[in-house]
Amino acid sequence: MTLRIEPRMSVPRWLSPAATILALVVALAISGGVIAFVGGDPIRSYLHIVGAAFGSVGVISDTLVKATPLLLTGLACTLAFRMRLWNIGAEGQLLLGAWGASAVVLFPLLPAGTPGFILIPAMMLAGALAGAVWGLIPGALRALLGVNEIIVTLMLNYVALLWIQFWVFGAWSEGGFQQSEQFPPEAFLPRLTDFASAVPALGGLTVHLGFLFGVGAAILVWLVLERSRWGYEIRLVGDSPEAARYAGVDIKRLIIVVFAASGALAGLAGMSEVSGVVHRLQDRFSPGYGYTAIIIAYLARYDPLKVIIASILFGALILAGREIQPSGVPAMIQGVILFCLIVADVFVRYRVRLVRTGAAAGAGAPGGSATSEA
Amino acid sequence: MDVTLLLAAGIATGTVLLFAAVGEIFAERSGILNLGVEGMMLMGAVAGFSTAVSTGNAWLGLALAMLAGGLISLIHAVVTIHLRADQVVSGLALTFLGTGLARVLGEGLSNAGETARMPVFSIPLLADIPIVGPVFFHDQSVLVYVGYILVPLAWFWINRTRPGLHLRAVGEAPAAADAQGINVYRTRYVYVFVGGLLAGLAGATITLAVSPGWFSDLTTGGRGWIAVGLVIFAQWSPLRAAFGAYLFGAITRFVLDVQGVQSVFGIENPFLPGRSATFLLGMLPYLLVIVVVVLGSREAARKRVGAPAALGTPYVRGERGV
Repeated sequence: MTLRIEPRMSVPRWLSPAATILALVVALAISGGVIAFVGGDPIRSYLHIVGAAFGSVGVISDTLVKATPLLLTGLACTLAFRMRLWNIGAEGQLLLGAWGASAVVLFPLLPAGTPGFILIPAMMLAGALAGAVWGLIPGALRALLGVNEIIVTLMLNYVALLWIQFWVFGAWSEGGFQQSEQFPPEAFLPRLTDFASAVPALGGLTVHLGFLFGVGAAILVWLVLERSRWGYEIRLVGDSPEAARYAGVDIKRLIIVVFAASGALAGLAGMSEVSGVVHRLQDRFSPGYGYTAIIIAYLARYDPLKVIIASILFGALILAGREIQPSGVPAMIQGVILFCLIVADVFVRYRVRLVRTGAAAGAGAPGGSATSEA
Repeated sequence: MDVTLLLAAGIATGTVLLFAAVGEIFAERSGILNLGVEGMMLMGAVAGFSTAVSTGNAWLGLALAMLAGGLISLIHAVVTIHLRADQVVSGLALTFLGTGLARVLGEGLSNAGETARMPVFSIPLLADIPIVGPVFFHDQSVLVYVGYILVPLAWFWINRTRPGLHLRAVGEAPAAADAQGINVYRTRYVYVFVGGLLAGLAGATITLAVSPGWFSDLTTGGRGWIAVGLVIFAQWSPLRAAFGAYLFGAITRFVLDVQGVQSVFGIENPFLPGRSATFLLGMLPYLLVIVVVVLGSREAARKRVGAPAALGTPYVRGERGV
C-alpha cells in the first residue's frame, strides 16, 4: 500500500467549509483527549466555554470585547498573508499601537480636558501610526534588503514588550506599579449601551465601539482586496510573484505599503484595547492576541469577512479559557486547531488515497469514481 | 565584573542556542524549514525538567527531553513532507502546539524547587591554559563539552561524509538526488527528527544545566526564534552558528550581569534591576538578531551563497521543479 496524493482538478464548493468544520471538531476531540490525560474533564470544560461565552447578553458582549483585538489583528495578518508576507509581528504592532494611543493622553500630546470627539480620533490616529511604523521596519528591510520578515517581526515583538515595560515601570508608572494612571473618561471608547437613550435596543450591550470599527475595517479590507486595483496586485503577488513581475507590479513598494497597512490595523487593535477595555497602559495586557491572529487569518482562509466569525470563536475561547485549568489549555487548543486546519487544507487541495502497490490507478478506490473529473 | 566568569557563563548560555541552531541547520539543509524550534525547545525543557523532578535522574530527563523534541518534530515532518503543507504555517503551528502542550504539562512545576542537574566538571590540563582554560574548560556543564564536540562533528558530517553529501543533495536538488537513488523523503524525515532531538536537547540544557527551573513559556523567552535567526546569519554552517551562539550567549549574560553592578567609575549604574532603563538594555539581544540577520543576508547576497535551493518547497516525484 502506498499513499497517493494527487491535486484535485476541481474542488466541490461544499468541501472547503466541511473540511474546516471537521478540522475544528477533530481539534476539539484531540484537545479533549489531552485534557482528560492530565486529569481534567473535557466535556465540562467545553460546556463551560460555551456557557461562559454565549450564555447571556452580558457574556456575549464580553465575547465580542475579546474578539475585537483578534478581529483587527486577524485582518492585519490576512492582508499581509494574502500577499504571502509573513507578518508574525501583529503582537508587537498591537503593543506599539497601544503605546501610541496612550502617549496622546499620558505625555500628553493633547491638553487635559480635550473633548472625546477630538481625543478619541487622535488616539486612533496615533495608535495606527505607531503600529504602521513598527510594521514599516520589517517591510522596508524585506523590500529593500531582502531580509527575512519572519525573524524581524518576531524579534520586534519582544522589543515592543520591553518598550511598553520601559514606560509603565518608568516615566508613566503609577506609584511604582507596572501600569500607568487611569485615562480620563474622555479617552474611553464609548460602549454601545451608552447610546441606549437614543437607541433602546442597545441597552445592556457593554461591548465598546472598537468592535464596530473592527467590522468596518473587515469590510474595508475586503473591498480593497477584492474590488481595488491595489488588492488585485496584492493577490497577484501572493498567487504568483513571477506573473506579478511581468505584469509590471512594483513589488517592493507594495511590500512596504502592505506592511505599513497591516501594522496600522494591529496598532488600532492596541488603541482599542487601552481605550476601550483597560483604560490605561499596563504591562502584559495582551494575552498574545497578535499570535492568535495568525490562526484566525488561516482559519478564515484569508477572507476578511470570515475573519469576523473566526475572531468571535477565538474570543470565546480566550474569554472562557481563563477559568479553565490547566491554564495552558487554550494555547494548546489553538495549536491543535491550526494543525488540523493545515491537514484539512491538504485534503481540500489534494485527493489523498491509499493505493495497493502495483494495482491499476483508480481501480478499487471507492472515492475515485464519485469525484472523478476526467 | 570578572570578564572570564562572564564569558564562561556566556558559553554555557550560548550552548542552548548552539544545539537549537545546529539542529535547525540539519533540517534546513535537507530542504525543510522548521519554524517550530521554540515549541520543540519548550517541549524538551518541560519533559527534561519534570522527569528530573519526579525521578531525580537528570540523564533520564535529558533522554526524554530529546525524545519529546524529536517526536513533536515528526508532526511537522509528516505534514510538510508527505502532505506537502506550507512549511511556514506548519512550523508556526508547531510552535503554538509545543508552547501550549508544554504549559499544560508543566502545570505546577514552577514551584518544584531544587532538582537534579547535569554534572559540572573541569577538564584537567586544558583548564589550566590562561584565559582560554577558565572560559571554556573550567566548571562547565557536561552539555557545554558536548557542544564543543557536536560542532566539528556536524561540520564534518555535512561537508565530508557520504550521508552528508546526500543531505546536501536532497536540500539543493531533490529531483537529481532522487535520480541518484537517494530516498528524498526518508532523508528529510531523518534530519527533521535530528533537528527535533537537538531542539529538545537545547530545551533541556536550559532546565537541567544553565538556569534550572520551569518558568512556563518564559523558560525559553524567544531563544528558539533567535536560533532560527542565527541559522540565517550562519549561512547554514555549524561553525558560524557556533560563533554566533556563543556571542549571543555572552551578550545575554552581559545583559543579566550588568544589572548586578552598583556603579562604574563613580557613576551610578542606570541598569539596576527594577530601573526602567534596564528594559531598554534587555532589547539588546533581540535588536542584535535583527542586525546580524541583515548583515547575514547582505553577505549571502554578495557571496551568492544562500539558503539550500529547495528550502521550503515540497518534493513531489515526477513533477518539474528544483
